[in-house]
Amino acid sequence: MDQRQKEIDNLKDYKYGFSTDIESTKAPKGLSEEVIKFISNIKKEPKWMLDFRLKAFERFKQLKEPDWQKPKYPKIDYQDLYYYSAPKSMDDKPKSLDELDPKLLETYKKLGIPLQEQARLNGIAVDAVFDSVSVATTFREELSKLGIIFCPISEAIQNHPELVKKYLGSVIPTTDHFFATLNSAVFTDGSFAYIPEGVRCPMELSTYFRINATNTGQFERTLIVADKRSYVSYLEGCTAPMRDENQLHAANVELIALDEAEIKYSTVQNWYPGDKDGKGGIYNFVTKRGLCKGKNSKISWTQVETGSAITWKYPSCILKGDNSVGEFYSIAITNNYQKADTGTKMIHLGKNTKSKIISKGISAGFSDMTYRGLVDISSKASNSNNYTQCDSLLMGNKCGAHTVPYIKNKNSESSIAHEATTSKISEEQLHYCQQRGLSAEEAVGLIVNGFCKEVLQQLPMEFAVEAQKLVGISLEGSVG
Amino acid sequence: MKEQLQKDFNNIIKNLSLSQKDIEIKKFYLDNFINRGFPNRREEEWKFSDLNQIIKKNIGELSFYSDYTSTNKVDTSVFVDGLEHNKIVFINGRIEKIDFDYEKKDKIEIIDQSESINKFNNNNSLSDLNNAFTNKSFKILVKKGYQFSKPLIIYHTTNSKIWSKNINLRLNFELDKDSSLRLIDLFNDTSEKNFLNIFYNFDLKENSVLKNYKVDKFENKNIKYSFNNIQQDKNSISETFILSSGSNFFKNEINCNLNGEYSSAFVNGILSLNNDKHHEIRTIINHLTENTKSYQLIKSVLEESSKAAYQGKIFVNSKAQKTDGYQLSKAILLNKDSEFNAKPELEIYADDVKCSHGSSSGSLNENAIFYLMTRGLNYHQSRELLINGFLLDVVEKITDSEIKNLIKNMIGIKE
Repeated sequence: MDQRQKEIDNLKDYKYGFSTDIESTKAPKGLSEEVIKFISNIKKEPKWMLDFRLKAFERFKQLKEPDWQKPKYPKIDYQDLYYYSAPKSMDDKPKSLDELDPKLLETYKKLGIPLQEQARLNGIAVDAVFDSVSVATTFREELSKLGIIFCPISEAIQNHPELVKKYLGSVIPTTDHFFATLNSAVFTDGSFAYIPEGVRCPMELSTYFRINATNTGQFERTLIVADKRSYVSYLEGCTAPMRDENQLHAANVELIALDEAEIKYSTVQNWYPGDKDGKGGIYNFVTKRGLCKGKNSKISWTQVETGSAITWKYPSCILKGDNSVGEFYSIAITNNYQKADTGTKMIHLGKNTKSKIISKGISAGFSDMTYRGLVDISSKASNSNNYTQCDSLLMGNKCGAHTVPYIKNKNSESSIAHEATTSKISEEQLHYCQQRGLSAEEAVGLIVNGFCKEVLQQLPMEFAVEAQKLVGISLEGSVG
Repeated sequence: MKEQLQKDFNNIIKNLSLSQKDIEIKKFYLDNFINRGFPNRREEEWKFSDLNQIIKKNIGELSFYSDYTSTNKVDTSVFVDGLEHNKIVFINGRIEKIDFDYEKKDKIEIIDQSESINKFNNNNSLSDLNNAFTNKSFKILVKKGYQFSKPLIIYHTTNSKIWSKNINLRLNFELDKDSSLRLIDLFNDTSEKNFLNIFYNFDLKENSVLKNYKVDKFENKNIKYSFNNIQQDKNSISETFILSSGSNFFKNEINCNLNGEYSSAFVNGILSLNNDKHHEIRTIINHLTENTKSYQLIKSVLEESSKAAYQGKIFVNSKAQKTDGYQLSKAILLNKDSEFNAKPELEIYADDVKCSHGSSSGSLNENAIFYLMTRGLNYHQSRELLINGFLLDVVEKITDSEIKNLIKNMIGIKE
């Protein structure tokens, strides 16, 4: 019995809760023009990039922090954060994986990132982001044979300025909302991917994010451009070490799909959610937006959100090209004192555009979950349609599940259908499973996985397995 | 607008014999309103209908003072034929006639409450406006065990004497244990460009039944806002039906608190609009205790460049286990310029509940029209038939057969 209890305790503790002791190069604390220049300088950025940042910063100074969201959080002192920190070993860049700081490699190993041989075997190209600077990128050569560019965005700024200049900020402008603008001003690194015309990316592009140094808001910037008739599937997975202080993460992700291109973006987010009393945890305030710029283009978001103290994000699609398609599949699980306010925006501008939203929310413990979404069919978007389904599952009467959809239809030839349900796991289902010999917890895991199946199916194989496990782990201790 | 408000307010105070304390309270609400102004789209609840803009565009400058000293002649031609009923007649915001001919006088009490101000917690500046400017308010008390034998029709009539005026109305209803009331609000305007601001408060005690039918059918150029606040005790039932069609702008708001076990609320609505009308229904159903139920069905048919919005919220607090809450909104857009916005919202803190909402909008089904045309109907007839069928669904929800027929006749739905 003691042995079993121990095992459960071990499981309950955050699986990825460790932090690596590496010296960091930090920018001075606080947010100012100097800090932005410092970041820009250390990254040897061209002038246009610095101007981009400063323009965003000017705008940022005029903006007020939004407060309409459901999960409230203590006020963040933006002057008390470090906006740049890089592992020291970056000062002279390693030539190969072997030269990497062994501690760093160990961290990745614990996370199970297939950075070395495993990567090759799994066919995944990994652009591992440790804190804010990309450390190693594998498979780049193989990709470059096809003309695919997959590199840290700071490198892209150096080597492919024409592409970055053209697309950076074209979906999330520097004048966007508070957190997006903050990101535009101080973003440190992230991934850049460009798929040339007619190329189907042969492997899943993948990035693992880690937040390491305390008090470092991590400001990632990801830009993916799929040129005409190309296809790419991008994976993003996150885990973070256990820390007591709340950490802010305000990333920007921009996707651009040109004529007949398709982008599939999958996320498994499992950042530190805080302990079981709601202390600590990551603030995940991310702006993700995709633009279906060309005709017949498609962008599909899939997300599994199980971590973070507060998740606040709305991966969106702007369906500008005629016949373009936007999809959003989401599972959000909150337990203990976690809070999530997530959903999507589908903005139909082109003719014959279609969008589909499947959102599954599960809340347990003392957590709070909100689906907030917008479907907007403009008067020019003839013959468009949207289908939305959002289901919520509640476990216990201390948690909440909310649905706040905004539906705007300005076109009589277009149709919108929305449905939402809220319920709990029925006693009959539980009883049936237990009768067949499953424990209560296993039964819940099974039922929840069934509830989420529609979304899990959308994930690439490598992720689906991990996500399924995650769903189970996240809900441990929520029944009985 | 501020000076106008102050001036009109002073005029009203002069004509009313109020205690110093009441004047202070009214002043407080006036200041609140002056501070906040008419609701605009920056407020979440008015996101889809910016009243400030609508008033500016349709009316321009409003005046808030009405002379209630002179009487208006009651035009009996507006009365509903073929249905025996009790009457309350408002003309230009002044009560001209109260008539409970069909009821036992000792079972109903009409209490003048003009002196006391009761608060509305809908957190909106229109309640401040109403509090500051209502000149008379009555409470209608239906005593224990009394069931109204005939429906009560409240005629909201305006005539061409008023122009660019704001009219504030307020009525309170209390339904004591085991009582019941059927209430029809009938809007009939020959005036133009006025803003009506109507607040009803319903207090439903144990086992009482309220049926409220709001009918805005006749074409007019007025702007209206109506707020129903319903408090429900154990086993009570409230049924609200809204036919929103005639006015230039109409926003109906229902706030229903299900305080007692086994209480239930039904809200059904039709938004049938043409030209550039803009109507909205907003409902908030608060499930506050166990075993409560609510059902909502809203259907819209939008022609020309009309605009409709529906905002519905079901709130379930953590004590309210075994709640059933359903909500459905459907809209047909008949013209490329018409627009439908919806925000069906669920806020749920209890796990043993069954809640759902659905919302759809689109055009008429061309296949269905084609089918009907192959059976010999022309395009127009087919269209009519489909729309009637669509709306009939809501009308059929009316539980009172007399009133159901009345409303069917008004809309012109044939079976």
